[in-house]
Amino acid sequence: MAVSNPRPCGDFRTDYAGDTRLFSDRTHTIGFFFLLALALAVPFVFDGYVVSLMILIGIYGIAALGLNILVGFTGQISLGHAAFFGFGAFSSAWLNTNTGIPVMITIPLAGVMTTAVGMIFGIPAARIKGLYLAIATLAAQFILEDFFARAEWFTGGSAGSLAEIPELFGFTFDSDQRYYYLVLFWVCVSFLLASNLMRSRDGRAFIAVRDHYLSAEVMGINLTKYRILSFGISSFFAGIGGALMGHYLGYVSAESFNILFSVLFLAMIIIGGLGSVAGTLLGTAFIVLLPQFMEFLVALLSGPMPFLIDVQPYIKEMAIGAAIIIFLIFEPDGLIHRWQLIRAYWRLYPFSY
Amino acid sequence: MAAICTNNAFCSIILLVNNANACKIERMTLNSNRSPEAEYVLASENVSLRFGGIKALTDVSFRVRRGETYSIIGMNGAGKTSMLNCISGRYKPQEGEIIYLGKSLKGKSINSRAQLGIGRTFQNLALFGHMSVLDNIMVGRHHLLKNNFLTGSLYWFGARQEELRHRAKVEDIIDFLELQQVRHAQAGTLSYGLRKRVELARAIAIEPELILLDEPMAGMNLEEKEDMARYINDLNAELGMTVIMIEHDMGVVMDISDHVMVLDFGCKIAEGSPEEVMNNDKVKDAYLGKAEDIA
Ligand SMILES: Nc1ncnc2c1ncn2[C@@H]1O[C@H](COP(=O)(O)OP(=O)(O)OP(=O)(O)O)[C@@H](O)[C@H]1O
Ligand SMILES: [Mg+2]
Repeated sequence: MAVSNPRPCGDFRTDYAGDTRLFSDRTHTIGFFFLLALALAVPFVFDGYVVSLMILIGIYGIAALGLNILVGFTGQISLGHAAFFGFGAFSSAWLNTNTGIPVMITIPLAGVMTTAVGMIFGIPAARIKGLYLAIATLAAQFILEDFFARAEWFTGGSAGSLAEIPELFGFTFDSDQRYYYLVLFWVCVSFLLASNLMRSRDGRAFIAVRDHYLSAEVMGINLTKYRILSFGISSFFAGIGGALMGHYLGYVSAESFNILFSVLFLAMIIIGGLGSVAGTLLGTAFIVLLPQFMEFLVALLSGPMPFLIDVQPYIKEMAIGAAIIIFLIFEPDGLIHRWQLIRAYWRLYPFSY
Repeated sequence: MAAICTNNAFCSIILLVNNANACKIERMTLNSNRSPEAEYVLASENVSLRFGGIKALTDVSFRVRRGETYSIIGMNGAGKTSMLNCISGRYKPQEGEIIYLGKSLKGKSINSRAQLGIGRTFQNLALFGHMSVLDNIMVGRHHLLKNNFLTGSLYWFGARQEELRHRAKVEDIIDFLELQQVRHAQAGTLSYGLRKRVELARAIAIEPELILLDEPMAGMNLEEKEDMARYINDLNAELGMTVIMIEHDMGVVMDISDHVMVLDFGCKIAEGSPEEVMNNDKVKDAYLGKAEDIA
């Protein structure tokens, strides 16, 4: 995180607003809109398979963003993020089926409902930290999983519940190509909201709580409030992600939101970069694409080494585990840190600093 | 007086003088009528603090006048930091009370004390290491900012104007403490002396009435100490803050303090102007060993 971001020559700041912009300079702005244009073009250029992967990256990315606010920015821990993700999925489906509110509105409402649940399960954070908090959130994971299996009125129990296809002014998001744009919209909204949050009062308060909670308190920050609020905001994004997932698959089943999934969310933010909004998306892409890449690799090598086909599932799982370990050892600041190094190198070339 | 008044002009002069005197007296009575809290920002009343068997503070009372620099000195482990922690709320004294602006601080949460106007720095650096210097100082303005996670997330429609307004205030503090060069640096990467200065900046950003400085010059070289002494003087003179300072460097303490209190094993053994304290026998004993020990 300590990588300098040298400004190009001639970029002089003439007002304080210049320091708080989302995009620090012109290259940054152009780069962003270029990426956005690319993202908009994806369904026209690539086939359904790539689009479906992009949808997954977007949905998981939104949920992982929430976890990063909790873990990366506020310095807490959650082993129950997948359960909140699931709660969002069930909430949106339940709201839509039982009240008839259109899906486009139940998605944010699911986020709000999940916020409430997240804050309730976040209450222990007011008192405990670290390992103990991890165990408390593990309890949240199991309690919610149990709830999904039993609360038939809400989740349909073991049968699961159906989730309507969203529709906006007669336009139905019934294909991957179409749904992709809905996800892209929510990705943009979520990442914009989070970036804004992190450059205003409450975002700074989160980081202050993480970096030095004793002095944060002396600076007038109410630790209890911000610890629980962080769970709430984290769950909001998990809820949005979950809701998008439910309506994408058209069906929500209780089994999928397990502890392993929670750990995967953690892997995404560790690999992307703890405490980096943009890094979250990199890490999510990494985790979603790694198994695909391993599959590709196995297919490539299975000619000379046919036994690889049999162990392919293990290779996929192990690759994720290995990636987490490798990142923790060699790049604990995540992919975003790599990117910052490359950027600084590029700016300063041919000098090294 | 009227009897002496043979000459009109003379009489009116006397009356004038009389009036002026009356005025002065009136003002003086007004002053003494005002409760002591108007003059004293902080009063510690018979504060005792124990950790299990350890008596960190025993029956400590003192008062700090508005706008002065009040120093607390004493040996290592004398209870100086504990005293500040009682004021800032980290420790809760078992006995006694701390009166701030006429009201007891008992039961006030730690985070509410910034709003009450109490700011502090720490003996062991306590900056937000991963934040920029700017953001560190902005955190000091937490209680002055109104935007929250909702308006903050909708930056352009809520928080932007306010953030920029406070940023300008922070910039004034940066100018005051001459931190311009490092404003974008990550706080954790700065030198020790600079970090101490950023901590002071963060405490000033609270806009406190009372500022507590725990060894602001520890580990600094002479030049840095001189700068810091100047800044602390300006806290009184320019910003009108009341300062309570813990410091080991006696030269600095003598130079910039209005009053000094000496703690020894948790007890107050002397208090007064710097000269009085230096000439106090108990202080000489505590600091230099008893005369007969040496003899
Ligand atoms: N949290 C605590 N738990 C137990 N004992 C403590 C605690 N804080 C302080 N003490 C004890 O109280 C006494 C006073 O400590 P304090 O930190 O106030 O001293 P000090 O005057 O600031 O010393 P120094 O000059 O070394 O900073 C010491 O004996 C210390 O061990
Ligand atoms: Mg101390």
